Amino acid sequence: MEMPVPDASVLSRKAKIVERLSQVLPRDAVISDERETRAYECDALTAYKCPPLCAVLPANTKEVADVLRVCHEMGVPVVPRGSGTSLAGGALPTADCVILGVAKMNDVIETNYDDRYIRVQTGRTNLSVTGAVETNGFFYAPDPSSQLACAIAGNIAMNSGGAHCLKYGVTTNNLMGVTMVLMDGTVVEIGGAHLDSGGLDILGVICGSEGQLGVVTEATLRILHKPEGARPVLMGYDSSEVAGQVVTDIIKAGILPVAIEFMDRPCIEATEAFAKAGYPMCEALLIVEVEGSDPEIDAQLKLIMEIAASHNPVELREAKDAEEAGRIWLGRKSAFGAMGQINDYMCLDGTIPVSSLPFVLKRIGEMSKEFGLDVGNVFHAGDGNMHPLILFDANKPGDLELCEEFGAEILKLCVEVGGCLTGEHGVGIEKRDLMNVQYDPADLEAQMAIKDIFDPAWLLNAAKVFPLETSDARRAA
Amino acid sequence: MTPKSEEELAQMITGANGPLRIKGGGTRPIGRCEGDELSTSAMSGISLYEPGALTIVAGAGTPISEVEKVLAAENQRLAFEPMDHRTLLGTKGEPTLGGMAAANVSGPRRISVGACRDFMLGVRFVDGHGNIIKNGGRVMKNVTGYDLVKLMTGSYGTLGVLTEVSLKVLPNVETIGTVMLRGLTDAKAIQAMSAALGSPFEATGVAHFPKSKFGDPLTMIRVEGFETSVTYRAEKLRDLLTSYGDAEIQVGATEGPGSAEGWAWVRDVTAFAEQPGDVWRISAKPSDAAELAAKMDAKAVQYDWGGGLIWALTDEGRDLRTALGDFDGHATLIRGTADVPTFQPEAPALAAITAGLRAKFDPRGILNPGIMN
Repeated sequence: MEMPVPDASVLSRKAKIVERLSQVLPRDAVISDERETRAYECDALTAYKCPPLCAVLPANTKEVADVLRVCHEMGVPVVPRGSGTSLAGGALPTADCVILGVAKMNDVIETNYDDRYIRVQTGRTNLSVTGAVETNGFFYAPDPSSQLACAIAGNIAMNSGGAHCLKYGVTTNNLMGVTMVLMDGTVVEIGGAHLDSGGLDILGVICGSEGQLGVVTEATLRILHKPEGARPVLMGYDSSEVAGQVVTDIIKAGILPVAIEFMDRPCIEATEAFAKAGYPMCEALLIVEVEGSDPEIDAQLKLIMEIAASHNPVELREAKDAEEAGRIWLGRKSAFGAMGQINDYMCLDGTIPVSSLPFVLKRIGEMSKEFGLDVGNVFHAGDGNMHPLILFDANKPGDLELCEEFGAEILKLCVEVGGCLTGEHGVGIEKRDLMNVQYDPADLEAQMAIKDIFDPAWLLNAAKVFPLETSDARRAA
Repeated sequence: MTPKSEEELAQMITGANGPLRIKGGGTRPIGRCEGDELSTSAMSGISLYEPGALTIVAGAGTPISEVEKVLAAENQRLAFEPMDHRTLLGTKGEPTLGGMAAANVSGPRRISVGACRDFMLGVRFVDGHGNIIKNGGRVMKNVTGYDLVKLMTGSYGTLGVLTEVSLKVLPNVETIGTVMLRGLTDAKAIQAMSAALGSPFEATGVAHFPKSKFGDPLTMIRVEGFETSVTYRAEKLRDLLTSYGDAEIQVGATEGPGSAEGWAWVRDVTAFAEQPGDVWRISAKPSDAAELAAKMDAKAVQYDWGGGLIWALTDEGRDLRTALGDFDGHATLIRGTADVPTFQPEAPALAAITAGLRAKFDPRGILNPGIMN
């Protein structure tokens, strides 16, 4: 994985740049000491590290605008950072960049239950958005598994999803408006407490643009009243084909569960050893959750259990109460941790058409043997978003590279069967060089043309998303 | 011009000497523009439908009716409930998927499940350079690169001519129930609708009519799903709203306001059809809606989306935006001849981005020029 050569003229002007930034920010909001900038050297893709030139922690939109204006004038690259939980390297610095962290901006600006929205500064964590409204019975629906730590800024940048998006959608479906600062310091208001755009859907293109178009400082988010209740069932099958068929049959029966999670045998074995959730040892395990009042849940689960039973499950278990529900979710929720106990792992997130599930799992199994690396699969089965976890040993020379090569092959397979490289984590640097697999040059040119409008000098997080050789001319200009 | 393929379309765009007016079914003549007609009707047909994956892919010229028929056979539907503009605008022809996407057309269920743009999974289009471009795909979760799918949806053909769209679809429902309150003022009705939408009972249509053919004034709240669930939720909503009056409940009605036909009447703004006057569509913060409506001095208004969408019938030729002043939202002239911009003018910083995007995708300004002014 290659990053652009740092701009020597920027590196040589570090003192001047820090001085200018210190003029527009409080003293403690500019971090330039090399020991302290190390805190920003990577995000959750820890295989790649590079301390930035310096980091700044503005407290509001005006300070963000001041920082960007200074960087724009001085030609300094900027990498925005939410909470640094990106698995794709979205917040990986370059040596010549200013890290713009939104961590200080975590206020709730307004809550409005009548109109069902909350407006927050974007450094606020995902879970604490729900935290701000849950005493009134409301919640913010997108629930990435990093929700305890991840910031709304990063959620917007990556258009984050979560386990419950089959019913509630992902970030873009729950984002109503933003205040965004462009690289030249211009502040733009887009959307608001109303629905849909009165012109082009600029909000739609900002969400998921990986911090390349602007820095979103405030966001208006849709909030919903919590359902009366939710309960899962667990089912185990001898083959992934059958499990895939069960998913299809449930959906075709007119039931829309809030979540359908899938785990394969390697993952079940790992989580059992780690969390002892009492899962059956089988090829494919499904957790299906539905919402509503108790009688409504009973009725939906009855239908789901009938469908499940007709496919000869090795196990079929309905949660009768909260404790049993907790036990059903326990293994799934500890799956990543369990795999991490075995070895280092790389987590992919390609999406495939649900109908390709058995074929893709079979191919991944074959590739696992070819590469000599174990893989466990956790999967949002309702929407086709896979999470293959490839195990490797970071201390073994060449293992990371082998793992990356294997990962790339899996992602190519996802595209081949009609899916995509990333369902919810984003491209970042991790999948940057695979973009040509999914998109033709004209497709990428159209996307880059958008960045040209928002950030003509290509200073904002510019080494991400697009293959370096594709964006070279623009970054060098 | 009626291109049969993307390649032919690309040649026509590259070879065009002047503006092109892009036509789907021609049923939604919103906005003004002149130019040679370019029809997508020959790029028609469903290329993929996987009911188990809740996805459908079809050519931009495919009639919506054809898609809905195919979906209905598998007990599925376009959940965002696209409005049929023919009644309101007095147009003929077959609404197409491309036209629906280009105008981001949704209906009452938008308040619950999202708009057309929220169900758009992928697009193929030809831009003003004549480049054939794809974005998104046919899977529900996709964050690979920038989301041009959203950008294209609602861009009225000004960034490119859609050739193919992929959509997420949802299961159809067993039955619908409607909770009806009568006699509420606009302000009270909006409070009641907000209470319904802020409950756990998942209202999927929430509309208010100060005047309606089903009696004045009428507030309608819809719930959908399996019959036992619909009955349960409708009763819960009635109990929740007792302070607003004794609500009537209809479950599985085959006629009247609570039936599918009644909700189509809401969706298509049928009340304003064949009524003289301009028709405006205003997206607003629901709690501002009653006050905004009062400022309009309209001949008639109706509220959808719990007050988030106001339809106004006004005297011809008025600039309703002057009456509305600054507000959180936007007003679009859907029918009428008023000499005012069809779409809400944007603030300068946003307008500059919009203009920049148009110049990038259509540098010669030949794709539906001026239609979004």
